[in-house]
Amino acid sequence: MAQPVVLEIEDLWVKYDGTVVLEAVNLSLYHRDFLGIIGPNGGGKTTLLRTVLGLIDPDRGRVRVMGKPSSDVNVRGLIGYVPQYSLFDRDFPVNVRDVVLMGRLGAKRLFHNYRPADIDAAQKALKSVDMLEYQDRQIGRLSGGQQQRVFVARALVGEPKLLLLDEPMASVDTAMQEGFYQLLARLKKEMTIVIVSHDISAVSIYVDKIACLNRRLFYHGTKEISADDLEAAYQCPIQMIAHGVPHRVLKKHGDR
Amino acid sequence: MTEILQYEFMQNAFWAGLLAAIACGIIGTYVIVKRMVFISGGIAHASFGGIGIGYFMGINPIIGALVFTIASALGMGALVRRTRLAEDTAIGIFWSIGMALGIIFIALTPGYAPDLFSYLFGNILTVPASDLLLMVVLDAVIILAVSLLYKEFTAFSFDEEFGRVMGLPVERLYLTLLCLIALTVVLMIRIVGIILIIALLTIPAAMARRFTSNLKKMMMLAVGLGIGFTFGGLWLSYAVDLPSGATIILVGGGVFLITLGFLKLQSRRREARNA
Repeated sequence: MAQPVVLEIEDLWVKYDGTVVLEAVNLSLYHRDFLGIIGPNGGGKTTLLRTVLGLIDPDRGRVRVMGKPSSDVNVRGLIGYVPQYSLFDRDFPVNVRDVVLMGRLGAKRLFHNYRPADIDAAQKALKSVDMLEYQDRQIGRLSGGQQQRVFVARALVGEPKLLLLDEPMASVDTAMQEGFYQLLARLKKEMTIVIVSHDISAVSIYVDKIACLNRRLFYHGTKEISADDLEAAYQCPIQMIAHGVPHRVLKKHGDR
Repeated sequence: MTEILQYEFMQNAFWAGLLAAIACGIIGTYVIVKRMVFISGGIAHASFGGIGIGYFMGINPIIGALVFTIASALGMGALVRRTRLAEDTAIGIFWSIGMALGIIFIALTPGYAPDLFSYLFGNILTVPASDLLLMVVLDAVIILAVSLLYKEFTAFSFDEEFGRVMGLPVERLYLTLLCLIALTVVLMIRIVGIILIIALLTIPAAMARRFTSNLKKMMMLAVGLGIGFTFGGLWLSYAVDLPSGATIILVGGGVFLITLGFLKLQSRRREARNA
C-alpha cells in the first residue's frame, strides 16, 4: 500500500435516541479506491456518510480524512458530497452555474464575492459532467438525471480528495446509468470514491471493492463478499437477495 | 399628483413608502424563496409586544419594537432550531405571546394610548421625520448585510444541508436573516401596520418571481413593484379618502391577482397554439 490513506474510520459507534445505528465500524480507504457500500434501507449507510462529513458526532471512535478529524472545518473542503435527495425547491430562482459555485463556499470565505477562478472551476466541473451547455438554465428546468449531474459537478468543483455519493442511481434513468458510471470511472483516477446503495446490482459491476453495512460493516478490502457477510448484513436467505446480482460478486460463494 | 406633494406630511409619506419598499423587496425575496412567510408573520405580530413596552416606558414605541422584535426573532429562531418543537408550533406560540404582552403593557400604561390604531393598521401620513431617519439607517443595515452575505444567504436558502456540508455557519446565517426580517418589520409598522406587514413582504417578491429566475433581478423588481404599490395606494387613498395601509395592500394584491390571471391566460393560449 504505497498510496496514502484518505479515509480512516476506527471503532466508530453512532447512536440515535439510544438506538445503535453504527456499531464498531472500521474502514481504511486509500487514494483511488472505489468502494461500493451496500446494505438494507435503514442499515446506517447515510448515517455513515453524514458522520464522515462531520454532520453527526460519533459516540465513540474516530473518523479521519487525510489525517484530520472530521470535526475539523478544513476537512469540509476535502470531501465532495452528492446527497440522495437534494431537498431544494424546484422553483428556486438560481441557475446551474450558481448552484455549482455553491461547492466553492466555506466558512473562511464569508463576505467575499466569487472570484474569476471560482467561475472557471465551476465551468470546468460542469464540462466534466457534460452539462456546460446548460449553465444558464434555471435548476428546476432540468430532468432528474441532469440535476444529479449538476450536483456531482457541485461536489467536484472544490477539487475533493474523497467523493461520497448517496444512492446516486435513484434519480438517474436507466439509459443514463451507463454514462454515469463512465463518469465515475474517469473520476476514480483522481480521487477516492465511496458510493452507497441498497441495490447490489446498481453498484457491483463498476466498483473495485464492496462492503456490506447493516449496523456493522463487513469489509475485507476486496470486491468479493461472502454469502455469510451478505446474510449477516441483510438477515435473510442469500437466494432472496442474490437475484440479479452479477455472477462474479458471489463467485467465492463455496470457497470458504 | 403634484398638488398633494405640497404638504410636508405627504412628502414624508412618499419617502416612507420608498424606504419601506426597498427593505420589503430585498428581504421579501428571501422570505419567498426560503418559504419563511409564516415565521415572518410571527415576527411581525410579536413586534406588538415591543410597541406596548415602548408605551409603558414612555419612549418612542418604534424603538421599543426594534429591540423587542429582534429579541423575539432570535427567540423564535432558537426555539425552532434547538428544540424538537415543530416550527409552526414555535412560531404560533411566540406570535401570540408577543401580542399578549403588547396588550398587557398598554393596559398597564396610565391614560389613553394615542394612535395605537396606527401601529396595528398603519398610517403612512403620520410618519414623523425622526422615524424617516431611523428607516434610512435600517435600510442601510439591510443593504449592507445582504450585499456582504449574498452568496451565503442564497446557498443557505437553496440547500441548507449542503451549506452545512460546506462548513457554512448555517444557524448563524438563519438567525441573521431572521434579524433582518425583524428590521424590515419595524420599518413597515408605520406604513401598513403590524397586521398588514406580511402582505408587503410577500406580494412584491412573489410577483417579481413570475417575471425572473434570477435572484438579484427578483430583488430589484420587487423593490420597484413595492414602490409602485405604495405610491399608487397612497395616491388612491388620498383621492378617495380611504385608510392608506389597507389601500396600499389592496392595490398590490389586486395587481398581483390580475397579473397571475393574465399569465395563466397567456400560457393557456400558448399551449393551445402548440397543440
